[in-house]
Amino acid sequence: MELDVVELSRLQFAMTAMYHFLFVPLTLGLSIIVAIMETVYVMTDRPIWRQMTKFWGTLFGINFVLGVATGITMEFQFGMNWSYYSHYVGDIFGAPLAIEGLMAFFLEATFVGLFFFGWDKLSKVAHLVVAWLVAIGSNFSALWILIANGWMQNPVGAEFNPMTMRMEMTSFYEVLFNTVAQAKFVHTVSAGYVTASVFVLGVSAWYLLKGRHIELARRSIGIAASFGLMSALSVVVLGDESGYTTTHDQKMKLAAMEGMWETEPAPASFTLIGFPDQEARDTKYAIHIPWVMGLIGTRSLDTVIPGIAQLVDESEDRIRSGMIAYDALMTIRADRGEVAQDIRDRFETHSDDLGYALLLKRYVDDPREATDEQIAQAAEDTVPTVWPLFWAFRIMVGLGFAFIAVMGYFFYLASFKRMQFPRWSLYFGVAIIPAPWIAAELGWFVAEFGRQPWTVDGVLPTALSVSHLSVGDLLITLAGFVTFYSILFIIEMGLMLKYIRKGPFQDVEETDRWIARHEHRLRTHDGNVPGAVPAE
Amino acid sequence: MILHDLLSFELLRVIWWLLLGVLLIGFALTDGFDMGVGALLPFVAKTDNERRVVINTVGPVWEGNQVWFILGGGAIFAAWPPLYAVSFSGFYLAMFAVLAALILRPVGFKYRSKRESAAWRSSWDWALFVGGAVPALIFGVAVGNVLQGVPFYLTEDLMPIYDGTFYWKFLALLNPFAILVGLVSFGMLLMHGAAWLTVKTEGVIADRARTIGAVMGLIAMAGFALAGVWLAFGVDGYAIVGAVVADGPSNPLHSEVSRESSWLAAYSARPWIAIAPVLGFIGMAMAIRGLRSGGEVSTLLWSKLGILGVISTVGLTMFPFILPSSVDPKSSLTVWDASSSHLTLFVMLVVTVIFMPLILLYTAWVYKVLWGKVTEDDVTANSDSVY
Repeated sequence: MELDVVELSRLQFAMTAMYHFLFVPLTLGLSIIVAIMETVYVMTDRPIWRQMTKFWGTLFGINFVLGVATGITMEFQFGMNWSYYSHYVGDIFGAPLAIEGLMAFFLEATFVGLFFFGWDKLSKVAHLVVAWLVAIGSNFSALWILIANGWMQNPVGAEFNPMTMRMEMTSFYEVLFNTVAQAKFVHTVSAGYVTASVFVLGVSAWYLLKGRHIELARRSIGIAASFGLMSALSVVVLGDESGYTTTHDQKMKLAAMEGMWETEPAPASFTLIGFPDQEARDTKYAIHIPWVMGLIGTRSLDTVIPGIAQLVDESEDRIRSGMIAYDALMTIRADRGEVAQDIRDRFETHSDDLGYALLLKRYVDDPREATDEQIAQAAEDTVPTVWPLFWAFRIMVGLGFAFIAVMGYFFYLASFKRMQFPRWSLYFGVAIIPAPWIAAELGWFVAEFGRQPWTVDGVLPTALSVSHLSVGDLLITLAGFVTFYSILFIIEMGLMLKYIRKGPFQDVEETDRWIARHEHRLRTHDGNVPGAVPAE
Repeated sequence: MILHDLLSFELLRVIWWLLLGVLLIGFALTDGFDMGVGALLPFVAKTDNERRVVINTVGPVWEGNQVWFILGGGAIFAAWPPLYAVSFSGFYLAMFAVLAALILRPVGFKYRSKRESAAWRSSWDWALFVGGAVPALIFGVAVGNVLQGVPFYLTEDLMPIYDGTFYWKFLALLNPFAILVGLVSFGMLLMHGAAWLTVKTEGVIADRARTIGAVMGLIAMAGFALAGVWLAFGVDGYAIVGAVVADGPSNPLHSEVSRESSWLAAYSARPWIAIAPVLGFIGMAMAIRGLRSGGEVSTLLWSKLGILGVISTVGLTMFPFILPSSVDPKSSLTVWDASSSHLTLFVMLVVTVIFMPLILLYTAWVYKVLWGKVTEDDVTANSDSVY
């Protein structure tokens, strides 16, 4: 890989985005889990639930702040590193980002301070409302970000304006209710819920292994396993929905994810495993399952899913069509729009393919002068590198199913076996803590790497989207981010571990008062007061 | 959709120019005192408990305040995409420095008191100082450069191109006029931070804040006056040549711009705008007086008025220019040629009209709940839960 501005900008964006997404899924899920715990506290008035809310809330806070801080980088990096992208699609892409701030981020950020500082200043119910507002705000944030991202995958509700040389919004409604965005939103927030559930479950399992904070840990596992099971099921179901929309709107990404080199007769088979070979256009040692791909991808028996070879041919046609649009555009631009109707019409007819002509800019300054070889090469460029997508996708899906099994098992033990967890299962619970993060990052990798060579699918090539910067600029900021983010990561992990080891703050007096008040109700038939008190 | 024709393109552009001002001023008024407090931290508070008091005055509100900044970025992206594209990439390394400082600050607030070690805490105190002082200075430096024009041009494809190599670009930002404007914003935000501390703290911390805040206010006032004189004699203004097309397509290359005029010509064309600098001076002078004479809430309000006046001055002086180009004046971005489309501006306005009042309402409620002084007793009594 050459160290050019495009590659370095991609590397920096990928790095900072994936780093940001280390904190986001936990924020999404933990905000809800904490709000659920506080709801139980308000309903039952049992101090243990308040202690749980505060304990998990502290971990939430340590994580949240880095999510916020690294999110600033995301908001600014489009302009810093992707200035032509910002100009070209800002009219559409900027809107959901700004609305995210207005509708969601203000809400969560304004109330999160009150969540930590308002315990003594607010009534119980008011504080509970605050907790839910933080959770709702966080999740709404994700909605708007995924509407923005969904538009990059499936650019609806917009058209190119030759007078301003950019895409402009034609229908806010279409941008908002973009099927890809909606499917991605539910898939992504569910993944966040799974992440938080696995985290809560894992930390609680560790307490049980150590014999500490038994009451807190058991109740936490109860919440995490039931919430986690629901979420793990929805991640997979909605991931399937996401895949279904991909079949319609991002055919090349689907073909690359699945290593489908040639078009198969419907219903296509699913390649469970294999070794994709880009040059030979073949997947070696493949294990196929008949029909499955066709069924999942099209939900029908007779719809054909196009393979990579066919899609490359289609790309070539679209490049040639785009060259006509580009030619008309140059005339319109030169004459400031004062051109004959037939040129306008020609542009309108071919403008959907304009982005394909821009693919040629990698090889020639003026796409109209491209040779047949360059056109063929540009068509070939529309195929992303297959093997990382193929594998990342399979690992993600495998983990998704594994989470259903794990959550199901813990849910079963928690509900029907009186929380008697075998020690091996607790060790396993601790060991899988990193797994949801791996799945989430791989998911983003599939979505974004699979969209290459485009930043906006079919509209704007990545190579054209960057800022006019030097390699030196990029190396300075890249080194800066790596150093700075690594230090922050070490600090964050250190604090997380410190506060997990420290455990919840147990207000013994408060607990005793509560037991005294409720003793008559708690006493079991043999006269013992059951474990309302934390174990130590 | 026909609905968006209810408001003309021209009117929407002016409204979004105003809203851009509202966001920047909102940012300076709220996040401004966070930055001021951060930059003042090592000087107004000496012991650990004093420092915790100072940090906890902003502890519960900095997150919400910071959203003004993030929303500012998002709104510029949505309503003024060329401005977003040109300025963020053009000030690349300066933006990186701001980013690093702004990341350091939230983390500093949150993590500083989570360990006992004195070295840990003192490192974060300096991180908070950097996180407050660096952006306070750089924002002003950026404005100073915008007033002089920035060396960019747009290609026919409207791709922004910058002249010069990276270190030159970075160092060229630090010219004398820009540094002067940087000092104005630095002094102004530190004064504002000090005014906040007089409301939220008492005793020795408040006393120190009053002394330093008054000095900072004087620096800001003197710098503001000097910058005005400098604009009159040392900096070229920009003007659109020929008829102004206010509802044309957003393509800066469609208009001609000259550098013959002075920025201060705006004051003879629209004399009423002189109210902005006047408010700036009055606000800052009264805030300094309040800092010296023991005023609390009133001092903070005067300080807010001063900031409002100073920022409005910049916007009104430059109108309709947003980002002039020094190397290719034709590429300059103005209110009339650097906005989003008619539809996008309309949709964004509808969303803003719905949510901005809500935001102001619940933010006010949160400040009300948290009203009152932070004392050393508060910090020691709740040592585990506060910052």
